Amino acid sequence: MIIVLAFVIGGLYAAAVYMMLRRSLVKLIFGLILLGHASNLLIFTAGRLVRSRPPIVPENALVPVEPFADPVPQALILTAIVIGFGVQAFAIVLLKRAYQVVGTDDLDQLKSTDS
Amino acid sequence: MPIRLLLTLPILIPLATAAAMLMAWRVRRLQRAINVAGSTGLLAAAVALFLRVHSDGILAVQMGDWPAPFGITFVADLFSAVMVVLTGLMGLAVSVYSTGSIDVRREAFGYYPLLHILLMGVCGAFLTGDVFNLFVWFEAMLIASFVLMTLGGERAQLEGAVKYVTMNLFSSAIFLAATGLLYGIVGTLNMADAAQQLDAADNPGLITTIALLFLVSFGIKAAVFPLFFWLPASYHTPPVAVTALFSGLLTKVGVYAGVRFLTLIFVQESEFTLKLTLVVAGFTMVTGVLGAAVQTEFRRLLSFHIVSQIGYALMGLGLFTPLALAGSVYFLFHVSVAKSALFLVSGVVYKLRGTYDLKKLGGLMQPAPGLSALFLISAFSLAGIPPLAGFWAKFALVRAGLESAQYGIVAAALGVSILTLFSMTKIWAEVFWKPGDESAQEDVSSFAVPGVEARPHSIRRRMLAPIVLLTAITIILGVAADPFFAIAQRAADQLLDRGQYIRAVLGGGM
Repeated sequence: MIIVLAFVIGGLYAAAVYMMLRRSLVKLIFGLILLGHASNLLIFTAGRLVRSRPPIVPENALVPVEPFADPVPQALILTAIVIGFGVQAFAIVLLKRAYQVVGTDDLDQLKSTDS
Repeated sequence: MPIRLLLTLPILIPLATAAAMLMAWRVRRLQRAINVAGSTGLLAAAVALFLRVHSDGILAVQMGDWPAPFGITFVADLFSAVMVVLTGLMGLAVSVYSTGSIDVRREAFGYYPLLHILLMGVCGAFLTGDVFNLFVWFEAMLIASFVLMTLGGERAQLEGAVKYVTMNLFSSAIFLAATGLLYGIVGTLNMADAAQQLDAADNPGLITTIALLFLVSFGIKAAVFPLFFWLPASYHTPPVAVTALFSGLLTKVGVYAGVRFLTLIFVQESEFTLKLTLVVAGFTMVTGVLGAAVQTEFRRLLSFHIVSQIGYALMGLGLFTPLALAGSVYFLFHVSVAKSALFLVSGVVYKLRGTYDLKKLGGLMQPAPGLSALFLISAFSLAGIPPLAGFWAKFALVRAGLESAQYGIVAAALGVSILTLFSMTKIWAEVFWKPGDESAQEDVSSFAVPGVEARPHSIRRRMLAPIVLLTAITIILGVAADPFFAIAQRAADQLLDRGQYIRAVLGGGM
């Protein structure tokens, strides 16, 4: 399962970077979103995958039965998803405004501040 | 005052200030008053925290009494405390300056609350002792900076913001990935605990990879070579008050995080990382100053200098000796103060002449001799002319470089200083010395802001007072450097003796 996820994460990163290197504003935002997903899945996988073993202490026991899933990465991902959602919403509005004001979705045209 | 309060006030005060201003959404006069009161309070809280850390050593508080490493820890060592004081100082200077220079439309769309949310994020990043919590503060700081940068919606702002937002989100994603990998190895995100666990871990390849991922992420935020291109493309687009705040704080948070991670967490097998930092520092200095040399737009020129100066701050980290780190701490403080003062001067020049173009400016020496002197002091300090603050910082860095026999970086540092002096005298000659419009007078009426009821004289005072304050600090840090440099040295000693930090967080028994 880890192997599969590793390939999925690698694919997501590759797709994200590819999208961000395109010249279109819309593809830029797709790239940013995919990048967020890739990072979240990476945290999930790096925190060890344990299938169907919730970290719950059984009755009359003091510790959960090994092996159990680590809840911390899931909490981190949840936080990261929420933050990412807010930031991506801002980015989408920003790119829409930039498109309206500049009148193009070609990133190569956004260079009036470069010189 | 209880430690718990001392450590959380620098975050609570800006938050409460922002909330109070949201309540006064329609009453702009009240918003301006709360704004100045809030940043004064923040500075006072920061100084109180600093004094306590200075007398009692490293302070740590466990949030909600969840014992470390399970809960979130807030820690203040001298380096953190100095940076929080810097935040308070920048916050005060910029919030006073803003009351005289920000237009009504921006005020109406929540400029002041966002300013304080940004200060909250920066203070949080300086005080947290938890890797993931640092990510959250970064995001709080970033989202406020995104809106501050785009508020107003001018074409240049939006174009600059596209680059700024993209690069910063990219950097956040890398930070998040590195955090996940770090957790995968050590199973903790408490910085002190992670530092201990990594001592026992034997996977040098993976650890160096994670360290470098963190450094790339901080490098983008700090605008180091070769990751700095977003900065000169965006920093000159928002109003000058915003640029001054960004230049004083945001890149410095990146440097702070880099210093914290390399001195506390990734100290094993750090030879490669430190060498890389030193090389990057050299290139950052040189490319930044060369980029500045060809600019003729006041703020863009200064923006390139931000990049160049970041190189000096990293140089101390790369050398990794007590003197070098002390130099870095001193340099970070000095450069934030001096660079923000220069940006604020550029805003006053714009008020007087209506342009940032060096070719069109000129002849401000006669009508505004005071302003030209203020500019010159900060500019000379930036170049490293004794007896100003910049000289002592660079002196320490260069001396540390010579002691470690790193002659290449020393040569770069000295050469870049000369080029910085060239850039600064270029601005001064073009803006102040060069003969301009003969009939030019310092016309107070040009300080009038359409739609703002305050008199031009009062606005002029509000814009000049922060510059005078920052310039005075530059002079004091230069003329009376001894006690302040002693603080920087103690901060560096604390950074290098990480046992102190770990004991403060995890308790003596561990």
